[in-house]
Amino acid sequence: MAAVERPIIYANLRKPGYTVDLDCYLKHGGYEALKKAVAMKPEEVCKEVETSGLRGRGGAGFPTGMKWKFLDRKSGKPAYLVVNADESEPGTYKDRQIIYQDPHQMIEGIAITAWAIQAKQAFIYIRGEFQHGAKILERAIAEAKSKNFLGANILGSGYSCEVVVHRGGGCYVCGEETGLIESLEGKRGYPRIKPPYFPAVLGLYNCPTIVNNAETMAQVKHVLALGGTEFAKIGIPGDSGTHIWGVSGLVKRPGLYEIEAGKATFGELLYDLCGGPLEGRQFKAIIPGGSSTKILKFGERFKGKLPNGTEFDWALEDIPLDSNSIAACGTGLGTGGTIVIDDSVEMIQALSNLNAFYAHETCGQCTPCREGSLWLSRVSKRITTGGGMESDVPLLLDIANQVAGRTICAHGEAVAWPVQSAVPKFKDEYVESIRRRQNGEPLPKLKLI
Amino acid sequence: MTPLQPSTLAQADVIIRQYPQKRSATMPLLHLVQEDRGHITPEDMAWVAEKVGVTPMQVLEVVTFYPMFRQHAIGRRHVKVCRTLSCALRGSYELMESLEKALQCPRGSTSPDGNFTLEFVECIADCGCGPVVQVDHTLHENVTPASAENFVQKIRASLQDPNYGKTAPQPNTPEWKG
Ligand SMILES: Cc1cc2nc3c(=O)[nH]c(=O)nc-3n(C[C@H](O)[C@H](O)[C@H](O)COP(=O)(O)O)c2cc1C
Ligand code: SF4
Ligand code: FES
Repeated sequence: MAAVERPIIYANLRKPGYTVDLDCYLKHGGYEALKKAVAMKPEEVCKEVETSGLRGRGGAGFPTGMKWKFLDRKSGKPAYLVVNADESEPGTYKDRQIIYQDPHQMIEGIAITAWAIQAKQAFIYIRGEFQHGAKILERAIAEAKSKNFLGANILGSGYSCEVVVHRGGGCYVCGEETGLIESLEGKRGYPRIKPPYFPAVLGLYNCPTIVNNAETMAQVKHVLALGGTEFAKIGIPGDSGTHIWGVSGLVKRPGLYEIEAGKATFGELLYDLCGGPLEGRQFKAIIPGGSSTKILKFGERFKGKLPNGTEFDWALEDIPLDSNSIAACGTGLGTGGTIVIDDSVEMIQALSNLNAFYAHETCGQCTPCREGSLWLSRVSKRITTGGGMESDVPLLLDIANQVAGRTICAHGEAVAWPVQSAVPKFKDEYVESIRRRQNGEPLPKLKLI
Repeated sequence: MTPLQPSTLAQADVIIRQYPQKRSATMPLLHLVQEDRGHITPEDMAWVAEKVGVTPMQVLEVVTFYPMFRQHAIGRRHVKVCRTLSCALRGSYELMESLEKALQCPRGSTSPDGNFTLEFVECIADCGCGPVVQVDHTLHENVTPASAENFVQKIRASLQDPNYGKTAPQPNTPEWKG
């Protein structure tokens, strides 16, 4: 069976002539879900989201309904909603399309979520480079206010909520939810230590705060539009709705493909939808869900047991596109930003490229992350410039093993995982790269560092 | 030093009022200043500090943490080439080498005529269209080493355009996506 797309989040924005204007959104059924939501009790809205089985789309895949339940309601402090539109994980470019082409879809989800958690103030933290995206959102918010979908006394419910767009400053770690909160408070984006700083208890201004990804907000709109039970029927049990696969790198047709969870495989995505490898090339590896997820190699076999007990034995091409199956293969669905690598690529250069990214982005608070990321970057780079030794290959692994699990935020894992997954799979090739340079043999044409 | 424009000063108070705590307005005010002046001076930081009720040092801490804030003037066009993996796989390193030659500007510097500042930046969330180059607020997609010459002509031509950066972006144009 050939893979088919099932656009829900991207359904409207792909239509010819679809615009960001409120009128256009209203013509496509806009804000009907919000009307439904404010006619319900906030707890009922939370219940619908829980029933839907929706998982967050920011990378960690945490169940959204459960997250909302953790919100501290006893303290009596105001609750805040913070929408994470920082989109900074390399390989990820899905939220951009929603912001630039269908902002009201996200804003409707924000209004619904704010009602559900009774937040009177919401913030959209958008990455600084999206200057125009921020303006599009501000304009859309003003339009929504003019029609009483936001602002004072929303749709006559007596409930009010303001939304403010806040631009970041080009910093990856501000996508991490507690770094984001610090940044929103006007400070350096240093992630906070958990416990005690779980955002749902001690978030923005030390008040209970829900941080959700931009696409998660768009998904919430559809949960309400369809109802939780109907939404849960899309995809598979444990992973409902659609995933947007943002494929980049060396395929014929890179692009964004929205697929029902679990209803296609990596093989179908990469061959049917993306058209397979470039002329005369062969696929070598993929990084499945943004640069921080662990690399998968073509030719590997993946064997094990799914959470529901089913045993599997897959080639990379057979892995179904849902979070449980992908996690069972030792990596993660992450943000769905799949980076494709083919046989023209020298793997040590690909690793060195990513190591340079993490070394640039570490905030420097934790010694293992700060020193480890720089060290990894230098060691891998020295291999690419001809100064490497065979012992550098196990050294890379050794350094990475000392970073993961020993830091304040998950940037530490993001530093370690590419190395920890790639070294065992490609060490022979790394050694070959060292030898080739020692012997002065010609290097691949494609430079990545 | 030229003073900030009246519109900048007026906007500042509107921005501060949006936040439950004034300090949250630090970054928006810094963006505002940088868009007005092109960079951020110590005097600007002192002004922001007073506006949001912190010390100038606390503003400096913010300025030095975020790569988008700068304390020095740059060229008339800020050319930012994405170097992260998806774009690199599509040729951004080779592209950078040809841009360095064409603009007579090594990466990380400003050309002697002051027209261009050329930099490598990390992923700007348009990975399926790599290599991508953001010039000021405008995003250019699929700038391959082969199309580099064409791209350079375009940004050189923009130096002569009196309306550069003044018109509102139109949907599905490079400006719109930036
Ligand atoms: C280093 C780092 C960077 C992150 N960047 C982003 C990001 O750009 N966008 C995002 O939505 N989540 C990002 N996250 C995940 C957030 O911390 C958080 O889990 C997410 O916003 C929660 O939203 P969700 O529950 O809707 O998925 C990042 C996490 C880490 C550790
Ligand atoms: S893990 Fe890295 S990025 Fe996260 S807080 Fe520590 S030093 Fe900063
Ligand atoms: S890697 Fe270049 S835009 Fe993401």
